[in-house]
Amino acid sequence: MAEQKQQIEEFVPSEYSAGFVTEIESDSLPPGLSEETVREISRIKGEPEFLLEWRLEAYRHWLTLETPEWAHVNYPEIDYQAISYYSAPKDKKDGPKSLDEVDPELLRTYEKLGVPLEERARLAGVAVDAVFDSVSVANTFQDKLAEEGILFMPFSKAVKQHPELLKKYLGSVVSYRDNYYAALNSAVFSDGSFVYIPKGVRCPMELSTYFRINAANTGQFERTLIIADDDSHVSYLEGCTAPMRDENQLHAAVVELVAMDRAEIKYSTVQNWYPGDENGKGGIYNFVTKRAACRGESSKVSWTQVETGSAITWKYPSVILQGDNSTGEFYSVAVTNNMQQADTGTKMIHLGKNTTSTIISKGISAGRSSNAYRGLVRIGPNAENARNYTECDSLLMGDTCAAHTFPYIEVKNPTAQVEHEASTSKISEDQLFYCKQRGMDLEDAVSMIVNGFCKEVIHQLPMEFAVEAQNLLGLSLEGSVG
Amino acid sequence: MLEIKNLHASVDGKDILKGINLTVKPGEVHAIMGPNGAGKSTLSNVLAGRDGYEITQGSVTFQDEDLLALEAEERARRGVFLAFQYPVEIPGVSNIYLLKAALNAVRTHQGLEELDAMDFLTLVREKLKLVKMDEDFMYRGVNEGFSGGEKKRNEILQMALLEPTLAILDETDSGLDIDALKTVSEGVNALRSADRSIVMITHYQRLLDYIVPDFVHVLSDGQIVKSGDKELAKELESKGYSWVHAEGPAA
Repeated sequence: MAEQKQQIEEFVPSEYSAGFVTEIESDSLPPGLSEETVREISRIKGEPEFLLEWRLEAYRHWLTLETPEWAHVNYPEIDYQAISYYSAPKDKKDGPKSLDEVDPELLRTYEKLGVPLEERARLAGVAVDAVFDSVSVANTFQDKLAEEGILFMPFSKAVKQHPELLKKYLGSVVSYRDNYYAALNSAVFSDGSFVYIPKGVRCPMELSTYFRINAANTGQFERTLIIADDDSHVSYLEGCTAPMRDENQLHAAVVELVAMDRAEIKYSTVQNWYPGDENGKGGIYNFVTKRAACRGESSKVSWTQVETGSAITWKYPSVILQGDNSTGEFYSVAVTNNMQQADTGTKMIHLGKNTTSTIISKGISAGRSSNAYRGLVRIGPNAENARNYTECDSLLMGDTCAAHTFPYIEVKNPTAQVEHEASTSKISEDQLFYCKQRGMDLEDAVSMIVNGFCKEVIHQLPMEFAVEAQNLLGLSLEGSVG
Repeated sequence: MLEIKNLHASVDGKDILKGINLTVKPGEVHAIMGPNGAGKSTLSNVLAGRDGYEITQGSVTFQDEDLLALEAEERARRGVFLAFQYPVEIPGVSNIYLLKAALNAVRTHQGLEELDAMDFLTLVREKLKLVKMDEDFMYRGVNEGFSGGEKKRNEILQMALLEPTLAILDETDSGLDIDALKTVSEGVNALRSADRSIVMITHYQRLLDYIVPDFVHVLSDGQIVKSGDKELAKELESKGYSWVHAEGPAA
C-alpha cells in the first residue's frame, strides 16, 4: 500500500544496459524516401536487376497504402521523409570478412552486449550473424556450417551467391502487398539473414542474428528468410538492442520461414529494443511482419518470443498450415512498463488436414502501459480435423496499466476443434507479503512471481536465451509494483 | 525475546489493537485466543510487518531491536516466522524454488554460505518426513491446488526449514480435519526448543490439546483481557467468550 509504494519508488529506475552508443564513422544516405532512394540502396548493394524491379514495385505499391490504424496503439504520425534508410559503418560495404578485419570498435560493441562473435568463446555453440544498422558486420562459423551444406549468410551476400533461391522464395510467404510496413520493408530493406538447410540435415548448432540499431535518425529494415528443406531441422535465435535516444526510431522488419516436408523450424526472439524513458520519450517503433509457411506435410514451425523492449510493438508471428499434419506453435511473453504499448499475437491459418496449432500468450503490463493480445485462428473449409488450443493470460501490476485480448476465430470446417482460454490476474499484495515474510526482497519476489507466470514460454527457449530472458524480465519490471 | 508494550494499531483509521501488552521468553509457547474480530490476525500481521496497518502507540522489541522499524523481509531474516492462516498460491513458481530462495535469504543474512542444490535437497527430504509430505509437493506450484491440510503442512515444513526464533502460527488449525491437525501439531511439537518461542493464535481450544501452551491469553476488542495457563483455555471452552466479556479487562 502507501508505504510499499514509496519503498518501491526508491528503487533506481531500471537501467537499460544496452543503451550505449558506438562511436564509429558511418556512411549514411541523407534522410528521405523516393524512388531514387530505393535505386540507391539497390545500387550500393550491387543487386541484380530482378531485385531492383521487385523493390520498385513494392515502393510504388506502398505509395498507394495508408498507415494501418486498427492496432490498439497510439503514436504521432511518422514522417517517412525524416528517416535515413541506409547507414553502414565505413568500409564495410562489402559485408563481413574474417573477424580480424572487423573494426575493433564493433567487436567491443558486441562484447558489451554479450554476443559471442569469437568462435572460441564460451558460447561457442552458436553461430552469429551480427547486423549493425543496415549491414551485416560479422558472420561466424561459416566454414563449419558449409561442411553440412548449410547456408547461413547476410542477405546481401545471398543475393549475389544464390539469386535462384531468393527469386524462388523472397516474398513467397509475406508478399509486399501484405501490409503497409511489409511494402515499405520490401522497398528499402538493407540486410538481414538468409538460411537454407538442405534436405535431411539437422543443423548442428543454434543459428542466431543479432540486430543492433546504432546510428541516429535511422530506420532498420531487415529481411530474414529461412528455408528448411525436406526432413531438415533448425533452431534460430534473434536478439535486438538499440541505444537510448530521445527520438523514436523505426524498425520495420520482415521475416519469412518456409518448412518443407517433415522439416522443423524453431524461431526464438528476445526483443529488447530501447523502450523509451519512463515518460515515454524515445524508444523504437517495432512494426514487424513475421510469417511462416508449413508447406510440406508433417512440417512444424514454432515461434517463441520474449518481448520486453520497444516503445511500440506491432507484431504477429503467424503460421500458414498448408501441409497435411503440419503443426504451428506460438509462445509469447510480452512485457510493457512505463508508457510502452504492445499489440501482439499471432495468426494460425489452417488449410491442410489434421493440422494442429498451439498458442500460449502471456502479457504482463506495468506502469501506464498498454498490452494487447490479438490473435486469429482460421480453419479453412478443407482443413479436416484441425485443432487449435489457445491460452491467453494477462498479469497486471499496479492499477494504471491496461491489458486487452482480441481473439478472432473463424471456422469453416465442422470437424474442427478450437479451444480458447483466457485469464487476467494481478500480482497481489498477499503474494508479495508472503514472499517477503519468507525473507525475500521485493524485487526478487516480483521477478520470481513473473517468471512463474511465464514459465511455459521460457521453457521453450534454448538454454542460453532462457537465462537472458529471465534476467531481462526482472530488469524490465524493476520498480514497477505498487 | 519478544516484548510488546501498549501496542495500538489501526486500519483505515479504525482502531483494532487497543493497548496489547505481552512478554514472551525463549522456549515459551503462548496461545492467544479470542472471538472473531478481537484483533488476533491484526496482531500477527503487525508483528510480521504487513503493510496497511498504522501503529498509533506502543512498541515491540524483539531480541533488543525495535521490531516495528524493520521491513517484513528484515524481520523474517532475523527469525520471525508467520505461518499463514490462508497461504497464498503462486502459480508456476515451484515450491522448492521458493523454499530455497527463502532459506538462502535467511542464511545470507546470518553470514552463512548459500546451500547448493544437492545439500538443499538432502535437508528438504529430512524435513518432509516431519510433516509427512511427499517429495512431489516440492515440484508443484507454491500452494497451487493444495488442499487445506496440505497448505498448512507446507507452512510447517517452511518453519522446520527456516528454524525461526519466533514462530507465529495464525489459526493453523482452521480448516483441518483431525488427522491433519495431528500431523501439523506433531510437526510443531517437534520444533519446540529452549531457544525457540511460539505464539499460537487460535479461535478454538481443540488445537491446545495437541500443542500444549505454557500460557494462554484471551484477546477481546483489541486488548488482552485475561491470562493464565492451559486451564484457562478449558474454562473458556465450557463458558464461552461471553464469560470474559462479562468480567471486563484484566487489571
